[in-house]
Amino acid sequence: MRWIRTLALSFLALTAAACLLADFIAPAPYDHQFRAEPGAAPSRQHLLGTDDLGRDRFSRLLYGTRVSLLLAPAAALLSSLLAALIGGTAGFMGGKVEKMVMAGTDLFLSLPWLFLLMTVRALLPLNVSPIVSAAITFLLLGCLGWAAAARVVCADARSLRNSDFILLARASGSGGFRLLWRHLTPNLLPVLFAQFWISVPAFILTEANLGMLGLGVAEPLPSWGSLLRELQSYSSFAGNPWQFVPLLLFILLVSCFQLVMVQEELPA
Amino acid sequence: MRQRSFRMILVVSTFLMAMTASAQSRGELHFCLHSEPKTFNPLLAEDDSSETIRYLTGGVLIRVDRLTQDAVPELATAWKISNVGKTITFKLRDGIRFSDNTAFSAEDVAHTVRQLMDPELHSPTADSFRSGEGKVEIRVLSPNRIAITFPAPIAGLDKLFDQVAIMSATSPKKEMAVLGPYYVAEYKAGSYVLLQRNPNYWRHDGSGKQLPYIESVKLDIQQNRDTEMLRLLRGEVDFINSLDAEYFDKIMSQNPSMAHDAGVSLDSEQLWFNQVASSPLPDYKKEWFRSTNFRRAISEAINRDDLARIVFHGHARPAVGPVSIANKFWFNSKLQPHPFDRTSALQRLNQDGFQLRDRVLRDRQGHAVEFSIITNSGNKYRERMATMIQQDLAAIGIKLNIVTLDFPSLIERITRSFDYEACLLGLVNNDLDPNSQMNIWLSSAENHQWNPNQKSPGTNWEADIDKLMRAQASGLDSRKRKNYFDKVQEIVWEQEPFIYLVNRNALSAVSPSVLNAHPAILRPQVYWNIDQLALGNEVARKH
Repeated sequence: MRWIRTLALSFLALTAAACLLADFIAPAPYDHQFRAEPGAAPSRQHLLGTDDLGRDRFSRLLYGTRVSLLLAPAAALLSSLLAALIGGTAGFMGGKVEKMVMAGTDLFLSLPWLFLLMTVRALLPLNVSPIVSAAITFLLLGCLGWAAAARVVCADARSLRNSDFILLARASGSGGFRLLWRHLTPNLLPVLFAQFWISVPAFILTEANLGMLGLGVAEPLPSWGSLLRELQSYSSFAGNPWQFVPLLLFILLVSCFQLVMVQEELPA
Repeated sequence: MRQRSFRMILVVSTFLMAMTASAQSRGELHFCLHSEPKTFNPLLAEDDSSETIRYLTGGVLIRVDRLTQDAVPELATAWKISNVGKTITFKLRDGIRFSDNTAFSAEDVAHTVRQLMDPELHSPTADSFRSGEGKVEIRVLSPNRIAITFPAPIAGLDKLFDQVAIMSATSPKKEMAVLGPYYVAEYKAGSYVLLQRNPNYWRHDGSGKQLPYIESVKLDIQQNRDTEMLRLLRGEVDFINSLDAEYFDKIMSQNPSMAHDAGVSLDSEQLWFNQVASSPLPDYKKEWFRSTNFRRAISEAINRDDLARIVFHGHARPAVGPVSIANKFWFNSKLQPHPFDRTSALQRLNQDGFQLRDRVLRDRQGHAVEFSIITNSGNKYRERMATMIQQDLAAIGIKLNIVTLDFPSLIERITRSFDYEACLLGLVNNDLDPNSQMNIWLSSAENHQWNPNQKSPGTNWEADIDKLMRAQASGLDSRKRKNYFDKVQEIVWEQEPFIYLVNRNALSAVSPSVLNAHPAILRPQVYWNIDQLALGNEVARKH
């Protein structure tokens, strides 16, 4: 099965490279409206046609993928770090601390995410550029997405706390921060790694869902959310198969993330 | 000779239409409500679904003809407005009965008006009748004559009765006893409302046949627009009353005979700048937004033709001002849409000390011109308009940030905190008379969006608008009222507190099996003549 992983990684690398080089590859700026050709079919000038406002779909796909592929892993990294800090500490400390932290985590998990995001977005300043709005969206996702991972990390830390090698380390005089940093954290890494890979597609999907609601990354900056929003209604299925390319790429990339993640879990 | 032939054709076609309709009457008409009706009490109807049921079941004294926009007699055969516009006297039709066989008389009208004006009821329909402090005086002059006197004059009083469905004073069924073409026979929450033909409906067609032609109307509660459209294409529903441009084009491409574009509607899309003095905006931005030159420049930099062509697929028209061209009487025909002219826009900005340097517009103090525009999330047409405006303004060096907010957050900002810079929203207009816009144009009004609830008008032109609106509201002579309101439109055109963008077209889809359908621009577009609609044989069989 290694070849599948290699294939998935290669596809991710290829897509990432294409997106990073979007400034050179894209045939047009992502926000330029070719107003004489709204909703145009694919042509030499516009490889995937144009959207409803006449913007080049291929360019928007490249830039949109760049936004989602750069910011979703960053948000996943943030949420994994928070999960490690909160869950790891709670599991390592045990007792009342663990109970209190886990109760707080449960409470956090029970919050209605969508409404919370909408509220937080409404409270933010209005005059922010699209790039900043994209960064804020993913920062919010990162700050709000740690809770489920923290529970897993806590359970793992708890089992490690009671393991023989930790007991041995304690007996040898290790304690406090050293025990946590040198002995516990390296053993939590496989779980954190898996949580990271799970979070990436989850955040991409969440941003896409927010985009469907008109929240998230602001116009004219494209993201998968705004690209997929074109397919929101029945009226979009007007026999234009090229409209489905962002969806296809999205499915492929999320599948690749999942394949990579499964392969990462196996050695652990 | 030609005129006589035309009349002949008209008479023959009307006769044939009546014959055809009576030949296939009955059957069941199907269409969708997009939400649960909140009430069956016609005086409390506020949401679309409740208003639909009120329209289909309620008998009114006067109806506004949706094609001619004139007031036409219904339960009242004649009426007279007197006492400087305070009193309206109705002469009622004789021999009419409610759907439950209770007799109709002036007492029922008196009962309905008492209920309507009861402050405890909080009827949204009553707001238009509340002209001043004091009680409404109701005098039943005879079983078929009634006079209603309001404490202060109400302009356009007769047309307001289009919204008042008469309820029985004596029927044990209360509001379920109706005078309209249908009555509510069955209601299954979350599923459907079934209306049956009112056996006592008063109206008859030219051949003496009692209306309505269709036996029953089934209103399926269907929130999803996609499903509604698929059901229309499958023949499961007979029409869609109001469509957006994309759905319309989809139907047009699949079944052109179903698609109806009635032309420009009364609805408008507009943007405005926050001019509230106490708003938490920097002083230099407040100065921009209060400048007429700045607002006019923004207006001239927006390509309205492109908005209509691209965002609304050509099913919209550049807007002129507060009144759509569709409002035949009240529209000021001297006015034209503001032209798209970047050079003129930059000249206006230069007059105010703005300079375009290195593709960035800067004010006198050197601040780069950048502002945000808020609109409600989930409305793709507004989001697209904002995106196009963003590119238009970028061409004159202005950076526009688009922010989509959920509706409650947006309302909070534009009505309470005033923490916003510009807002893009639409206005759904049901009323032709400018009196209904008093709550927008008076500087003291809550809906005077750019600067609401002013103790005294902040500018001379707002003071002028106040005077003119009050003058038109207290006048009875429609020509004088029109003159006053024409001036209001001219001031609004000149000052642009609202930058009107487009007026959307009234789009609908009607199955060819529905006969006598003539979609209008006024709501309800398709079923305004519900009692004259008939089903073709094929559909009648199917149902």
